[in-house]
Amino acid sequence: MFVSRSMTRKVITVNPGDSLLEARSLMHQSKIRHLPVVAADKRLVGIVTDRDIRSALPLDPGKGQADDRARERYAQLTVADVMTPDPVTISPSHTLEDALLLIQEKRVGAFPVVDQEGKLTGILSVRDLLRAFINVLGIGQPGTLLCILMEEKVGQMKRIVDAITEERISFGSILVARYWEEDKRAVFPYLLTNNVARVKKKLRDMGFTLLDPMQWYLDQLPKSD
Amino acid sequence: MNRTGFLYDQRYLLHDTGPYHPERAERLQAIYEGIQKAGLLPHLNMIKARPVEMKWIQTVHTEKYIRRFEELCLAGRRTLDCEDNQMCPATWETAQLAAGGVLEAARMIMADELDNAFCAVRPPGHHAESGEAMGFCYLNNVAIAARYLQMEWGVERVGIIDFDVHHGNGTQHVFENDPTVFYYSIHQHPSFTYPGTGREFELGKAEGRGFTKNSPVLPGQGDEEYRRLIKKDLLPAFRAFAPQVIILSTGFDAHRDDEMADMRLTTEGFSWIMRTIMKMADQYAHSRLLSVLEGGYALARLPELAANHVSVLLDMESAAGGAD
Repeated sequence: MFVSRSMTRKVITVNPGDSLLEARSLMHQSKIRHLPVVAADKRLVGIVTDRDIRSALPLDPGKGQADDRARERYAQLTVADVMTPDPVTISPSHTLEDALLLIQEKRVGAFPVVDQEGKLTGILSVRDLLRAFINVLGIGQPGTLLCILMEEKVGQMKRIVDAITEERISFGSILVARYWEEDKRAVFPYLLTNNVARVKKKLRDMGFTLLDPMQWYLDQLPKSD
Repeated sequence: MNRTGFLYDQRYLLHDTGPYHPERAERLQAIYEGIQKAGLLPHLNMIKARPVEMKWIQTVHTEKYIRRFEELCLAGRRTLDCEDNQMCPATWETAQLAAGGVLEAARMIMADELDNAFCAVRPPGHHAESGEAMGFCYLNNVAIAARYLQMEWGVERVGIIDFDVHHGNGTQHVFENDPTVFYYSIHQHPSFTYPGTGREFELGKAEGRGFTKNSPVLPGQGDEEYRRLIKKDLLPAFRAFAPQVIILSTGFDAHRDDEMADMRLTTEGFSWIMRTIMKMADQYAHSRLLSVLEGGYALARLPELAANHVSVLLDMESAAGGAD
């Protein structure tokens, strides 16, 4: 799960001296929201986001009270004027878990990926991470998700996996989430089958609780202080 | 009373999925007996199954898949593509009889020998992709029927309604680029049940965009939510599309007693859906309505569900009556 495997390698970049209006068109045309800013030697020096541009430039400089002078002023703005210098970066050898934790901590939407020499080698966006996790969850394959309440002790997971395997059902994925009761876990096996009635009954007969789908959750929002 | 066809053939029982599989021959027997015990058989025009011509299978399925299905089945393989799809040596032939029977029903409707028909076939079809068996389905009967209507009868707009509790991924994928076939499906939300497709934002592709519509239903919902979604999503879509023929993927597995999913439709809920569809067929499609069985696994409920389904098609509902 390394960043190098999931990042976008063909990065669209700008230089610090480029016009901001041009950077905006580039973003629109390429349908992206982050433009890494690189120096002549390919070293990363900053990043410009669509938000930076929105705050610096009005939606349409030709409208409203804007006169020629204002338009000229906008035309003179450069990338260097609005970019975030020294942005948060990540290295190709970081993992996707690192990226997830960093995204949450730093509140950014994408990381420029730079190598040891500080040269830009790719970009990793929230979209790239989502793609990786869609793959991990196995949502692309046909199957049925169950949610089983399990006591948090050794051997429980084996019982579940054995029971499902005995029915000759393959797994797409298994997620284990914390549950609101202490010492309990919610297990989400994604089963690659349409045929779940029998295995559901079997698990119930073994003493497991199958949670009502409307009660499932993978996450609780952090309590606000 | 309508001229309603009923396709049923003993040979549909020969597709043997083993002792524990939910998609089993008893389903069809329960359906047949339900219709018989409700006294409806004398009012129905029996349709005889016949094998489908290869050229019609080829309108939906790839050459490679058809050959693989036939060869593996005749070689005695027990599964096709996935453990879900259990086979016996008769499966290939049964699947051809199912598709062929459905086409015969379609022919009779187009030739004005029937107003509508219920095809109690096995194996079902709506999960079958052009190159892959899935979810107990081998040949996509409904998709083949839609292509047949287009090519043999020049039908320009075919409307498919799929109310099986599972999304008909196969049918959707066959027609997702095609603006001449509208695919509407109402099913349990794909995050909670097989096959994981049929989300609200799947609306068709390229020229077919706007001619696919999905109404995912959250677990635990029943008649009221189905009524609300059908009024909100299906009725306006079909009013605009005005299908010339309506094909139904009829699944009874959204019933509250069916353990395949978590829907809570009552028998009367199914009848309401059928009456609503009948009205649309009358309005847009010269009453031409072809109902093809997909899922439905609650053996105790299938007799009444089938009897009610057929009595709505016949327009003589008092004969059966629900049990809820």
